[in-house]
Amino acid sequence: MIKNLFYSLKQAFIQMWRNRGMTLASLFSITAMLLILGLFFFLTVNVSFMTESVKEQFDTIEVFLEDSTSYEEAQTMMESLMALDDVSNVEYISKKQAMAEFKERWGENGYLLDGLSENPLPNSLRVTLSNLQGGELTASICRNFIGVEDVRYYQTEINKVLAISDALQKAAMVIIIFLVIVSVVVVSNTVKLTVMARRDEIMIMKYVGATNWFIRGPMLAEGMLIGMISAVISLGIIWALYEKMVEMLGDQAFVLFSTTFVETEFMMFNLVWIFLALGLSIGAFGSIISMRRYLNEA
Amino acid sequence: MIEFENVTKSFGETDALHEANILIEDGDFVFLVGPSGAGKSTFIKLILREINADSGRILVDGQDITRFSNRQIPKLRRDIGMVFQDFRLLPHKTVFENVALAMEVIHATQRTIKRQVPQILSVMGIEDKADEFPDHLSAGEQQRVAIARAIINNPKMLIADEPTGNLDPDTAWEIMQLIDIINRRGTTVVMVTHAKDIVNRMGKRVVAIDHGHIVRDSVGGEYGYDD
Repeated sequence: MIKNLFYSLKQAFIQMWRNRGMTLASLFSITAMLLILGLFFFLTVNVSFMTESVKEQFDTIEVFLEDSTSYEEAQTMMESLMALDDVSNVEYISKKQAMAEFKERWGENGYLLDGLSENPLPNSLRVTLSNLQGGELTASICRNFIGVEDVRYYQTEINKVLAISDALQKAAMVIIIFLVIVSVVVVSNTVKLTVMARRDEIMIMKYVGATNWFIRGPMLAEGMLIGMISAVISLGIIWALYEKMVEMLGDQAFVLFSTTFVETEFMMFNLVWIFLALGLSIGAFGSIISMRRYLNEA
Repeated sequence: MIEFENVTKSFGETDALHEANILIEDGDFVFLVGPSGAGKSTFIKLILREINADSGRILVDGQDITRFSNRQIPKLRRDIGMVFQDFRLLPHKTVFENVALAMEVIHATQRTIKRQVPQILSVMGIEDKADEFPDHLSAGEQQRVAIARAIINNPKMLIADEPTGNLDPDTAWEIMQLIDIINRRGTTVVMVTHAKDIVNRMGKRVVAIDHGHIVRDSVGGEYGYDD
């Protein structure tokens, strides 16, 4: 068993070296495919990460109360809102609290607000949604309460973000599937060429009494080695690219989408397993599938 | 020992071999002659289990190989050395590696391989070609490599499919003498050939096949017909 493994590995290395051209062609095609796959993987993960954080920021409805509305009346509203399925929390924000938050947001310039003779901010309710789909309904219920001055809910904005991210993810999925199909075809063709070149070899080995596994072993090892090397190369390239991108665009991304990129370490940790698994299986399946015909011939 | 008992193999309408009976004893030297398409290749392919018989039994060393599973076939072939008209050497492997392949298949150790391959190459008179690639050798030398590969594991049988077909008469006769030596050392030889003068000069047992029938089986026979 162990002897077979060593024999297979040794033969695989010898064959890879002797058929350098084919080895390089396979390496290139698998690496290119993994690279593109990786880029789309990063795109989808980042988009869904950003969407989540955007959702988090826009999952509240602000209900501004008329000054004449009493705290008791507000309590009644809060109770009926809490009873809704789509609402996870309702918080009462008094004029004073609102002003304090406002000042805090203005930061160093907060002292300017001290000049106001009277607090212009209304009392309000902050409704946190558990389910964004129910946002519009909840907002209209709030509008119908007596004693409500205004309701603010960023529905259109949220819908736009959701629509864009949804479209992006669907497009990415389609492209990924398409790429996988294309690359499997490319890889299996490359392997088929190698196997075709070894058709005689397979036949001769069968004549001298080689078992199928004896023939398959070295080619399987070769396919898996090529797959693994491709995975390592593309991982390296993607790591470098992503880190560079985060470094250069990280700050802008924060300004544009008020969110950061997913951390490089987290991404790479996941990608290592995905790529190694993909590379190994593409190499293994590629060689087994293309060999099958010739193995059964003689 | 090879024994055919009422072996029939047909391809579509035609019987490539019809109710064939033959007994080849250990140590025999048999020429298989007959026109192209007479059933000689079928005979050889049946012994190697490249194809299986439609009916009848084929006994190799007492075992009915028509009942062998696919897993048993490699074992069968390890007891049979094969030599072909077109040599069938691997162009990307050296002479040494080509011969070593047959030993690697049976999981011989590298030490044994390094000891035995040069020995067999020198028996074949090509010990100085070990590191050459087959393309750099003459046809006769290539056939010597192929024979070395066929007999390195001491098979009980050597099956040669027109081994001299691509060789000039002098080289062909040299190869025949090598095969004769192998036979004298106890290996059963079955050789398909169209070479009339070789058959007549060797004076061995001749089995003639025509249209799927064994039409003649004579010891010390002659080629016996014109192509």
